[in-house]
Formats: sequence, C-alpha cells, structure tokens
Amino acid sequence: MAQLTYRASVSLAIAQSMRKDQKVFFIGEDVGAAGGVFKATVGLLEEFGKERVMDAPISEQAILGAAMGAAMTGLRPIAEIMFSDFLAVCWDIVANQIAKTRYMSDGQINIPLVIRTANGGGSKFGAQHSQSLENWSMMIPGLKVVAPSCPSDVLGLMDSAVKDPDPVIFYEHKSLYAFKEEIEQTDISIPIGEANTLHEGKDITIIGLALMAQRAKEAALILKDKHDINAKVIDLRSLVPLDLQTIKKSVIDTGHVLTVEENPRLCGWGAEISSLISEHCFKNLKGPVTRVTTPHVPLPSADILEDNTIPSVELIVNEVIKKLKGE
Amino acid sequence: MVDKLNDDIGEEKRLQLWEMMLKLRLVEKKAYDLFLQNLIKGTSHLALGQEAIAGAFGVALKQGDYTFCTYRGHAHTLARGSSIEGVLGELMGRQCGLMKGKGGSMHLTDVDKGVMGSYAIIGAHLTIANGTALASKYNKTNEVSVCFFGDGTTNIGAFHEALNMAKIWNLPIVFVCENNLYMEYTPIHEVTAVEHPAADRAGAYDLDKIIVDGNDADEMLRTAEKAISKARDGKGPSLIEAKTYRHSGHSRADPGKYRPDEEVKDWMENKDPIKNYRAKLLDFNINEKIISEIEEKIKDQVEKATEISMASPIPEIKEIYTDVWANGGSEWHN
Ligand SMILES: Cc1ncc(C[n+]2csc(CCOP(=O)(O)OP(=O)(O)O)c2C)c(N)n1
Ligand SMILES: [Mg+2]
Repeated sequence: MAQLTYRASVSLAIAQSMRKDQKVFFIGEDVGAAGGVFKATVGLLEEFGKERVMDAPISEQAILGAAMGAAMTGLRPIAEIMFSDFLAVCWDIVANQIAKTRYMSDGQINIPLVIRTANGGGSKFGAQHSQSLENWSMMIPGLKVVAPSCPSDVLGLMDSAVKDPDPVIFYEHKSLYAFKEEIEQTDISIPIGEANTLHEGKDITIIGLALMAQRAKEAALILKDKHDINAKVIDLRSLVPLDLQTIKKSVIDTGHVLTVEENPRLCGWGAEISSLISEHCFKNLKGPVTRVTTPHVPLPSADILEDNTIPSVELIVNEVIKKLKGE
Repeated sequence: MVDKLNDDIGEEKRLQLWEMMLKLRLVEKKAYDLFLQNLIKGTSHLALGQEAIAGAFGVALKQGDYTFCTYRGHAHTLARGSSIEGVLGELMGRQCGLMKGKGGSMHLTDVDKGVMGSYAIIGAHLTIANGTALASKYNKTNEVSVCFFGDGTTNIGAFHEALNMAKIWNLPIVFVCENNLYMEYTPIHEVTAVEHPAADRAGAYDLDKIIVDGNDADEMLRTAEKAISKARDGKGPSLIEAKTYRHSGHSRADPGKYRPDEEVKDWMENKDPIKNYRAKLLDFNINEKIISEIEEKIKDQVEKATEISMASPIPEIKEIYTDVWANGGSEWHN
C-alpha cells in the first residue's frame, strides 16, 4: 500500500503502458528531459530513452499529426498537449483528421492514440491556461473523452485508453495533480464508459466530472453531516462513451438531479445529460434537472474572481438545499 | 536529339510511365464527363495537366510505401494502383467506391495500396505523413512516406511545422509541392513573400532547394527516384517543388476565368505532359504501334470501370451508422 499523487500516477500509468507494449511511445513539449511542466512525466526519458520519449518542438499540429500518422500504422502513441487551451491551435488535427478519418475511410484506418492534456482551473492562470474543454471534444463524433478524478482512475483509465482502438482525449485536471490516494495495486485497468459512485444517497443525484466530481463528493459529506440530505454522487469518468445506465438507475432512485460542470454554461455537457434524462426518465423526475456551471464568461485570474467563478463546494451544497428544501 | 545509348530510364519504364499518365488523364476526363451527366455530385478537383508528378511517383514508389495527397487526389490514388472503379465509384457514391461513398472525391483512401488518405484541410496531411515516416523509423523498416500538396499550402503554419519536424528527426519522407501557379483563384506570387513558394523556404529547414519541371515526366521520375532513395537510405527528408499547371479550373464550380488566355494556351499546347511524352517516346524510336496499343488498352479499362461503377448499387442507408468507432458502430452511450 502506497500513497500516490495524481501527478505521480500519470507518469506511472504511462510507464506501465510502455513496459507492456513496445508499440507505445510518448511525444510532447518539454516532456522528456524536463519531465513536463507539471512534472507529471518525470523519469520516463530515463527509463525508455529518446526513441520512445520524444521532446518535440512547439508545434502542436505537427505533434498530433505525427501521432496520428504513427497510429494509422498500428503504433499506439501518447501525445501531450501541455495545456488543453492549446488544443485550439491543433483543433484541425483533432476534430477534422483524428476524429473523422476512420469514418471517412469506411473503417480502413484505425487511430489508436491518446492525447493527454492538462485541463481546468484553480491555478489562477487566467483565461488561456485554465479552461475546461471536455465539451469541445464531446461534440465531435469519433473522439472518446476521459477525465479522471483521482490517482487510481488515472492508472486504470490510462491503461484502457492506451489499449483502446479509438482516439481518446485524456483530460487531466491541473488542480488534482497534488491529490493523494492510498493505492494497493497500481497495474489496474478500468473500462472507459463506466461511471463511478463516489458517495451513496437516495435524496438526490449529483453528477460531476474530474475536479467537480471531487467537489460534489465533499458537498455530499457536508449535506449528510449538517443538513440530513443523502446525495448520490456519480463521477462520470468519461463523457464519451457515456454511462447512461448508471445515470438512469440513480434518477429512478432519487428523482432529483444536479449536474456540476466546470465549463462555461452554454453547451456544457450537463445540458446533454439533462436532455437525456428528460427523454429517458421524465416520469421519474420530481423536479427539473438543474445545472451548476461556471458562468458564461472567460475565466478571470485574481484569487477572489476565479474562486467565485468555478463552482465551489459551498455553491453545490447551497444548490442542493435550494432544490430539495426550496430555500 | 535524344541520346539513346546513354538512356538512364529505358523503354520499359518509359512505357510504364506512359501507361500510368494516360490512365490518370483518361480517368479524370471520364470524371469530368460523368459530372456533366450529373452522375457525379458534390465537388471535385481534377488534376488534368499535372499527371507527370503523380505518374512519376507512382512508378518510383514500392509497395508498402505511404502516400498522402490532397482533395486533388484522384490521380495520386490511381497512381498507387487503386482500381478505376474504386475511384469513379466513390465519386459517384456507389458501393464499389473505395470508401463506399462515405468519403467522397476529396477523401480517397486505399490503405492496401498505401494511399493513406486524401485531405481537404490545407496543410494537415504534411504533419500526418510525418507520422507514418516516424513509424517506419521507430519500427526500423524502410518504407518511404510521400506527401503531395499545392503551392498555396506553403503559406499555412502546418507546412512549416511539418518540415521542421521532419528535418530534426531525419524522417524518411518526401514532400512534393505541385506548384500549379494558383492557389484557388489567386496567383501564388501575389500572396507569397518568395518567388518559389516551396523551394525558397527549403533553406530555412536545412533542406536542398529542388525545383523541377513537373510536366517533364522523365525529369520528374529522376527527381522522385533520387528523393525516395535518399529517404530509404536513412538520409532524411526532401522538399521538391514541381512546376505544373492545371488544365481545368480549381474545382467543378470554377471555369478558371482569372487566368490569361495566352497562359492557358501555352500550357495546354506547348507544355502538356502527355502530348510531350508521346512525342518523346517517338523520339526514342519506340514503336508507335506499342504506344497506341497502350492507349487503346487504357481507354478500354476506363470504359469497363465506368460500366462497373454505374452498375454498382448505391450504399445502404444503414451505412450512415457504421464505422464511427473501431467496434464498427456509432453508439456513444450505453
Ligand atoms: C485551411 C484551409 N483553408 C482554405 C481552404 C480552401 N481551399 C481549398 S483548396 C484551396 C487552394 C489550395 O491551393 P494549392 O495549395 O495551391 O493547391 P491546388 O488546389 O492548386 O492543387 C483553398 C484555399 C481549405 N480547404 N483549407
Ligand atoms: Mg496551386
């Protein structure tokens, strides 16, 4: 049994995949000698050498293009985009090329690659280094979208992402890199598309992802201790594929749903989930599905501004009380 | 006069090249006819006039090598040995099409032949071609990757990112700029800082400046073979700028009126790669009967393939929902 940070679980997960399969290599900016700007890839170059751990120029299109081309031949690249915000400069490769080539080629080409990227706010980096962009990739057919909320999920989901025959975007949350967990076994696999229950409860279903799942869990503990409300917290773990069955089961149990999203309001993933719930579980609902999101603004930088923009534990607690007690 | 005794190419290869170029020409012409009959919908970008480039590489490459081309890619696809009905069928949206109608004219793909796709967003495929080249290096195999693109493509960032990466990692790749003097409708010199849009940038990536007459099939073949050997021998990437001209407009919708009449006339009459190559074959004393037999054979192939494509059924509607994912389907939730 060892304590592992989310950060350390990233490099361990990559290393485990690379040990198991010679076809796996890793490419990104400042990832090798420097160990990554978040120090999430320390030790990989030393273990695997320059041929499998490639320090690339600041060329996001070229990095993802090279990863895509290599994947087309059957290799299994893991490519890093330093901050998810930088996906915007290589979005053509992601959205037009990687996502669509299998379909357009009528299945002639598989693209088994993983794009890992540091996502989300909390670091006071301002609007171009803090975004939560899971919903950008969720809306494009052909991409799988994973966002782990804890070290064991990083280990288990990375294993599956690397083995997956389809392209996976793996959103690591910057504010979770220091998150610690006791881990018994590190070489684990968690299927992509299975949500995880972080807290049991029958009064309301709170659905979150990554940092928001952890905040929802904290909120659930407070709701139970101080307000006698038992909330079920579902950590989706992946948006595509989405575990609709787990959501449905819980909605049937509780009849109340709150989604907690870090992205700005419009077209956030919670809107799609809300629509699915009204389509599939309308009769089980005791009230409208509601959403907590970052307001529809670019993320500001100052402590007080950022802290009041991204959904907090208190906000989640208050929203739940408002929903259930009308306060 | 030609020096038959010091001929580095030889009759056999020349006839191969002749047959190849002719096939590309006649299929494109057929595609144009089928458009006029409204049997091909959507858009299409013909490479009429540019056959010597695709043809030369088609002859020079080996099975297992990878090629990447643009939306102007019918010729490049055929040049790797893809079937004519596969190409025409795709243009017509038939089941016999290379991708059963799911990709269309701009995305011809035939992995078995090394045709790793045709790409319609300018620049992207230069970066992707680096990836197959990287894989060859990683696996220590000796395939070569070749990436074709237009003059206009030299002004997008991906071109520059890709060349730099290919050079620093010494990738087995050949970049081929088909400079047909125009991007879509704008002359390339009006929007480019240098005279030779690709070749003048080569130095920035420590590559040789290579400019070739892309309508001279023999020269094109020599240049292609040299660059391919260099890549195969582990000596790194090349960037070739091949000067050429498209006989038709940019795409189906374009009559090409922005080009001066004399310019078009000069390229059509004096610099047509096919016309000139036929004359060259005769100069080399190749029997005209052999040349004509090849012509007849190709005409026949194109007609037969057209019949096959026209008789092929249209795709089933359920195809819409296949092959988004590797499991064959399109479901995104359980
Ligand atoms: C990123 C991007 N910008 C613009 C276009 C629209 N477009 C399609 S073809 C073309 C011209 C390309 O010119 P060139 O590279 O010279 O190729 P050619 O068509 O002459 O073969 C343009 C601008 C595009 N497909 N992708
Ligand atoms: Mg052009």
